[in-house]
Amino acid sequence: MTTVTTDPSAKQYRPENGRLLDVEELHVEFHTQEGVARALNGVNIYLDQGETLAILGESGSGKSVTAQTVMGILDIPPAKITGGAIRYCGQDLLQMGEEQRREIRGPEISMIFQDALSALNPVFPVGWQIAEMFRVHRGLNKSDALDQAVHLMERVQIPGARDRVKAYPHQFSGGMRQRIMIAMAIALDPAVLIADEPTTALDVTVQAQIMGLLKELQEERQMGLILITHDLGVVADVADRISVMYAGRIVEKAAVHDIYANPAHPYTEGLLASIPRLDRKGQELYAIGGLPPNLTRMPPGCPFHPRCGRARDICSSDDPDLLEVVPGRLSACHFSEEVLNG
Amino acid sequence: MGKYIVRRLLQMIPVVLGATFLIYAMVFALPGDPTAGKCGERECSEAYKAAFYEKYNLNDPLPIQYGKYMANVVQGDLGENQYGNDVAGELGDRYLVTGKLALMALLWEGVIGIAAGALAGIRKGGFMDSLVLVSTLFLISIPVFVTGVVSQFFLGVKWGVASVTVSADATVYELLLPSFVLGSLSMAYIARLTRTNLAENLRADYVRTAKAKGLTPQRTVGLHALRNSLIPVVTFMGYDFGALLGGAIVTEGIFNIQGVGGYIFRGVNNRDGVAVVGAVTVLVVAYLLVNLLVDLLYGLLDPRISHD
Ligand SMILES: Nc1ncnc2c1ncn2[C@@H]1O[C@H](COP(=O)(O)OP(=O)(O)O)[C@@H](O)[C@H]1O
Ligand code: SF4
Ligand SMILES: [Mg+2]
Repeated sequence: MTTVTTDPSAKQYRPENGRLLDVEELHVEFHTQEGVARALNGVNIYLDQGETLAILGESGSGKSVTAQTVMGILDIPPAKITGGAIRYCGQDLLQMGEEQRREIRGPEISMIFQDALSALNPVFPVGWQIAEMFRVHRGLNKSDALDQAVHLMERVQIPGARDRVKAYPHQFSGGMRQRIMIAMAIALDPAVLIADEPTTALDVTVQAQIMGLLKELQEERQMGLILITHDLGVVADVADRISVMYAGRIVEKAAVHDIYANPAHPYTEGLLASIPRLDRKGQELYAIGGLPPNLTRMPPGCPFHPRCGRARDICSSDDPDLLEVVPGRLSACHFSEEVLNG
Repeated sequence: MGKYIVRRLLQMIPVVLGATFLIYAMVFALPGDPTAGKCGERECSEAYKAAFYEKYNLNDPLPIQYGKYMANVVQGDLGENQYGNDVAGELGDRYLVTGKLALMALLWEGVIGIAAGALAGIRKGGFMDSLVLVSTLFLISIPVFVTGVVSQFFLGVKWGVASVTVSADATVYELLLPSFVLGSLSMAYIARLTRTNLAENLRADYVRTAKAKGLTPQRTVGLHALRNSLIPVVTFMGYDFGALLGGAIVTEGIFNIQGVGGYIFRGVNNRDGVAVVGAVTVLVVAYLLVNLLVDLLYGLLDPRISHD
């Protein structure tokens, strides 16, 4: 297999001590008719070379907005970035000009989406869409770019890649389409790959295959991988660390096995209890009661308190900070230690 | 694909037969003496009438008359009109003019309509959007007759920047203004269609993907979003072309264009059955062929449509 080789020393962006991405105190709001929806309220995440970070949270918690802000593909307006920094290899993406950011999208940071059918352009052949990366960013001619596309389609295990390079997205199965999205995203060998619910639209067996492929590619290319999901079950085997999101903030951060064994935030507890687990077979499945808060009218105190079984008086008045409970574990709850130990 | 085309062509046969029979029946089965008015003030002589009935097979029952007529049509013979001219030849000349006029109108519609619609759709609610919405509303609400006469007066007569009438040659220059007038209504529709579709496609997931691929806004909008937005627009233009081939009575009248519309109009007025039936027969066939072409084009533009 041949791939386009780029001289590594020519790379403009190099991680410092393996650190690829540092998102600091990111604030994003949406101006809607109902008012200002505070979608992100001080999000902090980081990503190192070769590791997989899972971002976990219910629908509407701000996972996609976080990803899209990092990619720089948020629609502004209605969105507005009101604060924070996104450092990629030490440089703040939010301070860069649009052209410089475009040169990062694809070659440095790239992204795959939940629904590959709608995320691929219906009127262009899949090979053309992959080849476009090489044509636009590397200036390759049509036939060389298409050759690269075939190699990539082979790499993501699309059977008969050379014959199917001219086929259109609707002519593939859901799993194959997601493989094509992946091929397109890794085309230029990015350092960071963000996958926003990449398997949500797929059947369980295909989900596992796609996750396996992502893991394999990540190890092969030493990419930093951000896996966004609302289903911890999907990422448990693949992720190294987890950041749990609720109402536009990170409420818990820890290594996967720690969280899985013993959560430190009541919201994580609820999420864990609501996934089917073999070791709890026979028990009734749990669902967190109530709904996430309206982001235009956030409740005072802890944003989770209207739904929290552990809430006490202080929870409705004081907003807990994200603090270290035990080394390496952070939780934003007034009673983290209690949660962790009980 | 080949099978599809054959099937479609076969489907046309009953449509053509049905449509032409209807028009034939309506024109030739009209009550009254078909020779009335052909011999000045007097009634025609019995000899003339007999010859007339013989020539047009009027003594046969209607289906037989029609059958004899169609037998000639398939050989390219549309008969002679009341002035003794060959209808096929005359229609040929007229169609050259009408076809040119239709193509030029289509060009105006496409170029200006799509450009205006794209500029409007890129930023919905922006200045260009408002400008396009107002000016298209203006075009849509004014009858073509008014647009034609007013523009002919100002551009042609007063300022002399356009040709006032069209000669028998119907040069491109002469047809510039008439084709613009003829296309103006569809131009407004195309602008609106493009605008709505583009604005909608700009919110599509694949446009977000295009941005995530690091493409320029020009490429994202101009290639990815616009390519999808033009599918319904090109289809509309195809059907519009079919309609334009039927002639444009008003525009032809204003600018004295020797087109198909005027030919049919005069034929109907003079009760010139052969001319009318001939023209309509050609028109039906042309319209059906254009329809087939549009459907094939649609399949090319949108790979999700299959013609198997
Ligand atoms: N285009 C938009 N307009 C208004 N509000 C939006 C928009 N996109 C996202 N939001 C707000 O941001 C919140 C987080 O959305 P999102 O990041 O898509 O959630 P998820 O965690 O399911 O990916 C939503 O609940 C919504 O309030
Ligand atoms: S701070 Fe209170 S309401 Fe919030 S999660 Fe902890 S216990 Fe529940
Ligand atoms: Mg999402």
